[in-house]
Amino acid sequence: MSERENIISTREVTLHMGPQHPSTHGVLHLILDLQGEKIVDIQPDIGYLHRGTEKIAENLLYHQFVPYTDRLDYMCAMSNNLAYVQAVEKLLGIEITERAKYIRVISAELSRIAGHLLALGSWALDLGAMTILLYAMRDREIVLDIFEQLCGARMTLSYMRVGGVRYDFTDGVKESCERLLELLPGRVAEYEKILIGNRIWIQRNRGVGVISAEDAIALGLSGPALRASGVKWDIRKDEPYLVYDRLEFDIPTGENGDCFDRYNVRIEEIKQSMRIIKQALKGMPDGPFNVDMPQIVPPPKPEVYTNMENLIHHFKYVSHGFKVPRGEAYSSIESPKGELGVYIVSDGTERPFRLKLRVPTFMNLQTIKTMSVGGYLADVVAIVSSLDPVFGECDK
Amino acid sequence: MAAEKEELLINKVKSTFRDDVLETSVYRGDVTHVVDKKALRAVCNFLKTDPELKMNFLVDIAGVDYHPETPRFEVVYHLYSITRKHRICIKVRVNDGEPVPSVTSIWPGADWPEREAYDMFGIVFEGHPDLKRIYLAEDWEGFPLRKDYPLKGYKDRYNPYGEEKPEKI
Repeated sequence: MSERENIISTREVTLHMGPQHPSTHGVLHLILDLQGEKIVDIQPDIGYLHRGTEKIAENLLYHQFVPYTDRLDYMCAMSNNLAYVQAVEKLLGIEITERAKYIRVISAELSRIAGHLLALGSWALDLGAMTILLYAMRDREIVLDIFEQLCGARMTLSYMRVGGVRYDFTDGVKESCERLLELLPGRVAEYEKILIGNRIWIQRNRGVGVISAEDAIALGLSGPALRASGVKWDIRKDEPYLVYDRLEFDIPTGENGDCFDRYNVRIEEIKQSMRIIKQALKGMPDGPFNVDMPQIVPPPKPEVYTNMENLIHHFKYVSHGFKVPRGEAYSSIESPKGELGVYIVSDGTERPFRLKLRVPTFMNLQTIKTMSVGGYLADVVAIVSSLDPVFGECDK
Repeated sequence: MAAEKEELLINKVKSTFRDDVLETSVYRGDVTHVVDKKALRAVCNFLKTDPELKMNFLVDIAGVDYHPETPRFEVVYHLYSITRKHRICIKVRVNDGEPVPSVTSIWPGADWPEREAYDMFGIVFEGHPDLKRIYLAEDWEGFPLRKDYPLKGYKDRYNPYGEEKPEKI
């Protein structure tokens, strides 16, 4: 090869995208092999946010781990709380009260709305439509306000506790939820109008990042991304937990398994979540929101300050925790990103012997190679956004 | 319905792999089989292809360290069937340094979870296409989720609490 030919011939280059890159949703590091602008190979490099959550859990009391779950998928902390406390309750073999079940359903669906809104907003931003991000943030704020009213926190909620929830679902919260349900359908219609009417949005998503149902299942994809490939699998429907079997809702699916279908599934899921919340608000019974088991549930905080017995009870709970019978259990929920499972091995003490988190983002990211190879570099941005990875969760 | 499924999940595997199923337990509705390491691939293949079981979705692979017991590690496979809607749990027990057959040829999605188990416990998966650390840096020493990994201190330079450590991590 002459020197001139060598200069003008196209060679494969390796490009590092991230971990500091605005459209990698945190600290995703992608090593891309490019032939011109075409992707030849893509290798995700994760672990920049690894905090050893599983090791931390082994050295904490069962109730002390709840705040750590908030920091996994920090976009929808309620779902993480739910997955963890549900696994502990499965090991304990306790059934929570009816009211607590409804409260948990509403909170989990609210956080699904918040999570999907942000996913949509940042996705549109990455593809150049900044308006949606600002609109989605505005509406997500309403959900966060409800959380603040419910438990005093906006992002790191720690609302669900083993045996129930921390605070009651007041009438004020109920009114706020109803206001949200009135407001949101119009807003979602607005997003759809802006995005579907945007030629760039459609061209950059339709037919991009296609994955077949077989490939997706084999690679462990779950959640909205799998449903976009046409697989009708939702844990809320197929293995109902809480009161999902009593509520009416549909499972949206796509056909082509491209980014555009993943967008459609998410938009539709926001609408279905609203339906669920509406029914759950109506069906919520009165009654206690915690199980009647003093060793698992701490007394209400105001009583700790005024009543000696409650002070002792609180002290015992905080310092000793509670014992969980020997055994192991795996429990999973449908989180906004996919199947979020918690596997706990208990040796009969107050601390988990081993806690394994099955985080959807981690498994979903494996499919990025199948989706991207053969496409253009610019498509990778759309594909990453359509998987909606959150690195607090992925890196644990 | 649930009891029938349990029966199926227990008996189907037990009758096909008589001697290779070492232990079977049901706890809180979860069916768990402990299988011989040598039969792992055959069992997994059977679970995936059998028309009544159809475990086509690999949910997760978890390592558990029972130090100082022997065999030291347990590798736990959680499987799910999207068509039949049931779950099963398969376990193998291995000693330190003993390789486990990789199931990446059965479920390609086992790639990352196996790398994670290697990263955290040092469990080697035989037949894995690219077994290397996934979360930690490539030159990291030790395997953090092992029970004998020190909780505090940074190598030998930083040890503010004066914790006693074994000679080599």
